[in-house]
Amino acid sequence: MSHQTIELKNVSKTYMRDSLEIPVLSNISLTVPEGEFLALMGPSGSGKTTLLNLIAGIDRPDKKGSNRNPYVNQIIVHGTDLGTLGESALAAWRSRHMGFIFQFYNLLPVLTAYENVELPLLLTKLSRKEKREHVEAALNLVGLADRMQHYPKQLSGGQEQRVAIARAVVSDPTIIVADEPTGDLDKVSAAEIMTLLERLKSEYKKTIVMVTHDPRAAEKAHKVMHLEKGELSS
Amino acid sequence: MRIPLIYSIRNLLTRKLTAFLTILGIALVVFVFSAVLMLAYGVKRTLVATGYEENVIMLRKGSDNELPSNFPRDIANLVRTLPQIATGQNGKPIASNEVVTIINLLKIGTNDMGNVTVRGVSPEAMELRPAVQLTEGRMFAFGSREVIVGSSINSRFRGAKLGQTLKIGGDEWRIAGIFEADGSGFESEVWGDAEQVMQTLNRLSTFSSMTVRLNHKGDFDALQDAMDRDRRFQQIRIEREKEYYERQSQLMATFIRILGLVVTIIFSAGAMIGAMITMYASVANRTVEIGTLRALGFKRRSVLATFLLESIFLSLVGGLVGLLIASGLQFFTISTINFGTVAELAFSFSLSLDIALWALAFSVIMGVIGGFLPAARAARLDIVTALRAS
Ligand SMILES: Nc1ncnc2c1ncn2[C@@H]1O[C@H](COP(=O)(O)OP(=O)(O)OP(=O)(O)O)[C@@H](O)[C@H]1O
Ligand SMILES: [Mg+2]
Repeated sequence: MSHQTIELKNVSKTYMRDSLEIPVLSNISLTVPEGEFLALMGPSGSGKTTLLNLIAGIDRPDKKGSNRNPYVNQIIVHGTDLGTLGESALAAWRSRHMGFIFQFYNLLPVLTAYENVELPLLLTKLSRKEKREHVEAALNLVGLADRMQHYPKQLSGGQEQRVAIARAVVSDPTIIVADEPTGDLDKVSAAEIMTLLERLKSEYKKTIVMVTHDPRAAEKAHKVMHLEKGELSS
Repeated sequence: MRIPLIYSIRNLLTRKLTAFLTILGIALVVFVFSAVLMLAYGVKRTLVATGYEENVIMLRKGSDNELPSNFPRDIANLVRTLPQIATGQNGKPIASNEVVTIINLLKIGTNDMGNVTVRGVSPEAMELRPAVQLTEGRMFAFGSREVIVGSSINSRFRGAKLGQTLKIGGDEWRIAGIFEADGSGFESEVWGDAEQVMQTLNRLSTFSSMTVRLNHKGDFDALQDAMDRDRRFQQIRIEREKEYYERQSQLMATFIRILGLVVTIIFSAGAMIGAMITMYASVANRTVEIGTLRALGFKRRSVLATFLLESIFLSLVGGLVGLLIASGLQFFTISTINFGTVAELAFSFSLSLDIALWALAFSVIMGVIGGFLPAARAARLDIVTALRAS
């Protein structure tokens, strides 16, 4: 077993727009060791979100390589080659291994903070009591146990993002992907979010991949990589 | 594995106006649907209640109902000698020679004429049909130009009050009493002495029909056999009274049902399109939410189920509302012409458990059809595209 939690081997991603090929990522190789906090930076449109989506298993790279070169467009996360999973298996895999944090939080507006955090647990076989314990623990972690019954619109942006973080960790995934988690927040709230992410890495040993434009946010990461014109550099 | 129903319900509550309008559309359709079935069922119930299990009606062969039938007097006398026929308190067979005709009366509150059935009966008729009970006045006197009037005719037609006179066959007939008959079709009739009615109509040798009471309701086959064996009865057809009236209701009930269902189907297309528009809007508003749920690991089929359930829930609420309003129709009685007998018949909308279940099933079907395409669109969304929709 390698200690590389995430391995990308010669990954390319091309979008088609009206029979026009738009290469977004070309031949990217990347390894992220277990427990690392990696920040991805780069100009707008450089493919950061695309790369993150591939790692998270919600998007697929270009077609796999031929027999001559099998190690093309391969993404291995936790020893699983994502290319071998069908859609349904991939969904199950995401619910077990991935925690998602979005720029605009993506909480469901009609659900309370508690219910939002509980969502990923609906895909598990936990008992009602266990679910309650997990949700409360996650909300405690982000310091919002007293806001359980509040709806997203009753919370500030920073608080919403903290609920989203609780949702990302409630099922105890090993990897957390965050796409510009502070992009929509003021400085103070952004700092709180970064402190939380750092704790997830140091106390809970999560592997984190974060896309950010914010150099102050990137400072908190172990490692910063830059994506430009479809290529990755340190 | 499923996205909780509460998510769908709260989403509906955030769009109260559209949800309300959609529910209203479905409710209207289900109301019409239930009302039609209740009407058809009401006709059937009224007419079926008219017949008695142990009574047998006899008509001339080839006559579908009493109006065109000719029943000779000598045959009527012969029938009375048959042993299968019950004997009444006065020691005579319980049998009524009847003559049926139609008169025109003005309906109260309109200038419309309605056809009213006049039935001439024998003295045994009251024993033959115990549900017929006088509520006002007295029984008409046999041998005189008097009638009793059924309660539906009494309340719906001009000049049908106690003490007033009706014109039958050119003569004036005094109304001696008003009767009820358990809500059956007899309440839509006028009864007088068969012999007197025949005189008025210049129809001295033939009645329209004859109705007899069997000793036991199981004696029908024996009666049939006895009459088949005697050549003098070869022009006569016998039928259980209940089956006769059920048959009379068939044409009317079927017509109401078909007409109603055609109207309902046309309406339901509108209601389903309404539900579909509502659900498409709902999917469009929640594209990012759908992407998020899918990213978290919910399957396409969970998304499909969620939107389908939302649509079904919406229609079911509409269905319940429509059914509730329709159930209020039970307090109304309406009167219309029965095609079987071409005479006026009063009946009520009647709700049955079957009708309620059909109405709800119909609303669920509208929900499924209206919700399917939007739900399928939601389920087909690509995760990354959906997430980018913000
Ligand atoms: N579904 C798609 N179809 C076509 N082109 C796409 C699609 N998704 C992304 N692209 C293109 O791919 C490129 C990379 O997009 P991506 O969102 O990964 O960039 P990004 O680095 O995250 O940018 P930003 O910093 O603005 O979020 C862009 O040029 C974008 O227009
Ligand atoms: Mg991006």
